[in-house]
Amino acid sequence: MKFFAEIDVMPRKEILDPQGKAVRLGLHNLHIDNVGDVRIGKHIRLEVEAESEEAATSTVDDACRQLLANLIMEEYSFTLHTA
Amino acid sequence: MKFGVVVFPGSNCDQDAVDALTLMDQEVVKLWHKDHDLQGCDFIILPGGFSYGDYLRTGAVARFSPIMNEVIAHANRGGYLMGICNGFQILAEARLVPGVLLRNTSQKYVCKNIYLKPESKDALLTAGLEKSAYKIPVAHGDGRYFADADTLKQLNDHEQVLFRYCDEFGNVTDEANPNGSLDNIAGVCNAAKNVFGMMPHPERAADIALGNTDGRLILEQLLKAVLV
Repeated sequence: MKFFAEIDVMPRKEILDPQGKAVRLGLHNLHIDNVGDVRIGKHIRLEVEAESEEAATSTVDDACRQLLANLIMEEYSFTLHTA
Repeated sequence: MKFGVVVFPGSNCDQDAVDALTLMDQEVVKLWHKDHDLQGCDFIILPGGFSYGDYLRTGAVARFSPIMNEVIAHANRGGYLMGICNGFQILAEARLVPGVLLRNTSQKYVCKNIYLKPESKDALLTAGLEKSAYKIPVAHGDGRYFADADTLKQLNDHEQVLFRYCDEFGNVTDEANPNGSLDNIAGVCNAAKNVFGMMPHPERAADIALGNTDGRLILEQLLKAVLV
């Protein structure tokens, strides 16, 4: 079965995100003043061929832990869906 | 002692490292990242640059280059391994040294001379360094050293911090920190003290023709220590 994983990788809460800070400043410069904290991460979409949803979850989890996210600085979450 | 400089796609300081070591009469070869042979090298260097275009995270993809299997085995056997700039980022991704390198707080690529205060009294790279500050170039966008509180304590307790950013007199100040690194950390080593990582480039300050030889002093100290 073919699954699609929608993965979000975000900087950990305790880590300063200077990119987010700069974007927040830009928004305020546009007078979009009611925006508070901004944090920027990555969205990754994977196509996974697997026997079951459980197997696909395990594959995606491995991919996140080994390469897609560095758990010292980032955290990840994902959802799976079929086409 | 035979030195090997690994060349990844996107490395750009490999020749600087070769030149610096050649100037100091050392035997150096380049090692292609797709090979599996360290060619009998005793000391491996991961050079600066932008391996794999810094895609995903700096060093994240290079860490899985074929030769890294042998490089990691070499380090785990106690072999010498040093990562400079992007090489440091690769070491961090491979978990061969503690911590990670994040985007500079300034959001800018920083390319200038900074000063380094040698810290560890028992790491081979820094133990014999006597000046209070060494002028060395940095050139990076992702050099902000970060580690959690427990790791930081371990680094300090076990003399694993190699260098801190300082002013020209050796004072470790916020103003002298070019990238927002935790506690001004510019370089660290592993617990066994055979793997060294640093963001600044001593190999770019090793030739008298370039007007600065403080980097050569650091490399000479290293040679003195490892050639014993």
